[in-house]
Amino acid sequence: MINIQNVHKSFGDLEVLKGINLEVKKGEVLSIIGGSGSGKSTLLYCINAIEKINAGKITVDDIDVHDKATNQDKLRQKLGMVFQQWNSFPHLTVLENVALAPRIVKKMSKDEAIEIGEKELTHVGLGDKFDVYPTKMSGGQQQRLAIARALAMRPDYMLFDEITSALDPELVGEVLDTLRVLREDGMTMICVTHEIAFAREVSDNIAFFHEGIIEEMGSPDQVISNPQKETTQKFLSKVLS
Amino acid sequence: MDYQFHWNTVFQKMPEMLEGAFVTLHVSILSMLIGIVIAVFLAIVKMNQIKPFSYISSVWIEISRNTPALFQIYMAYFGLGAFGIHLSPYVAVLSALIFVNAGYLAETFRGGFQSIPKTQYSASKSLGMTNFQSYWYIILPQMFRRIYHPMTNQFVWSILMSSLGILVGMSELSGETQRLQSLSFRTLEFFMVAAVMYYIITKFVLISASLISRRLFKGEI
Ligand SMILES: Nc1ncnc2c1ncn2[C@@H]1O[C@H](COP(=O)(O)OP(=O)(O)O)[C@@H](O)[C@H]1O
Ligand SMILES: [Mg+2]
Repeated sequence: MINIQNVHKSFGDLEVLKGINLEVKKGEVLSIIGGSGSGKSTLLYCINAIEKINAGKITVDDIDVHDKATNQDKLRQKLGMVFQQWNSFPHLTVLENVALAPRIVKKMSKDEAIEIGEKELTHVGLGDKFDVYPTKMSGGQQQRLAIARALAMRPDYMLFDEITSALDPELVGEVLDTLRVLREDGMTMICVTHEIAFAREVSDNIAFFHEGIIEEMGSPDQVISNPQKETTQKFLSKVLS
Repeated sequence: MDYQFHWNTVFQKMPEMLEGAFVTLHVSILSMLIGIVIAVFLAIVKMNQIKPFSYISSVWIEISRNTPALFQIYMAYFGLGAFGIHLSPYVAVLSALIFVNAGYLAETFRGGFQSIPKTQYSASKSLGMTNFQSYWYIILPQMFRRIYHPMTNQFVWSILMSSLGILVGMSELSGETQRLQSLSFRTLEFFMVAAVMYYIITKFVLISASLISRRLFKGEI
């Protein structure tokens, strides 16, 4: 379970998260929607300890993420993350991209790592690309590679930060389909997304972020179909039009 | 023009010319190796603003890149000599080349490092890699690709610039050529052969470097 209690985060004088409370149970999918600059990415970075927090507490399976005693490198093995800008490792083949971390972080044998790599790549539909270099692939393929790379670490949770936002429209579908497969697999996920229809389809809960706070949260039916707050209504009418 | 070419004298002195060429290679390789070590230091203190070393680094980089190599060799040989520090011609030229190589390579390293997107680092950290693993497996290999060709060029530059050793009586290829021609007065022949030897050496370096890079760097960036 990921538990977020009253988290505050500032960059200098700018308070970006102003007391966030969230809970994601095993097997759940939470989507986070909201305008740009509302703090969605920052929250994901705080969850996997790429960013520090100023106040509050985040626990992942009861491990305090920002406690000094926590081994954050080890903690990140539980948390797969895929970013908006695809960042495949361009000097490694597709298979090496996926097999590297299992080998050097989890100390698997080369054969084991390759086996996992091939399995995860096949899972995201890149079974014919093992020896290709990622720069030769489309953005959609590179995002699927990034998903496979994260999955190869066998994480308990996946964090997705607007992974379709930088893609050409015709490539969005293949990446969303991959997320649907993960949903079927029962993966616990937090998806920051602008794909409202997708969020509504796959999410157990949806949180609407506005200027560093959660304006509204609940089931897709509540938040998308019957938003109570005016800010939510405005945001939805803008992105749905 | 009725200049008569006499190549025999040159060919007789070939062993001495080759010895000179060996010294040329020797001094340029050494100046690269030591230059690289210093450049790594200069680049790191500059990028991390580690005072007071970052000031030294900035001054070093400025002077080495914006003054003629000739001036630097004179400073090392005659300049230091005026203060009672007498370097041999070899050490004076070596020091000057190290000075310039370190300055140029420091900027090459800094630029190469900064050209790697920060997201590569976040991506590797998010996979559970330690800082060391992120640098070793992800950042440095990509950086090495970007600095490889500038480094090769710097090496070729060192080979060619070491010919300024002629000015302080160093017996590298040019110095040797100068000495041999003054004994025989076959000036044109000696310098033509020396030019061909420089050409062969630098071509050899460039072609080997490109063959090695093809083996080393398979993916594209
Ligand atoms: N590293 C940073 N340094 C300073 N300000 C930042 C940094 N990262 C994000 N911000 C600021 O924090 C705010 C929230 O950013 P972000 O979490 O990326 O929003 P979102 O993902 O919802 O678009 C923005 O105003 C952004 O400019
Ligand atoms: Mg964002």
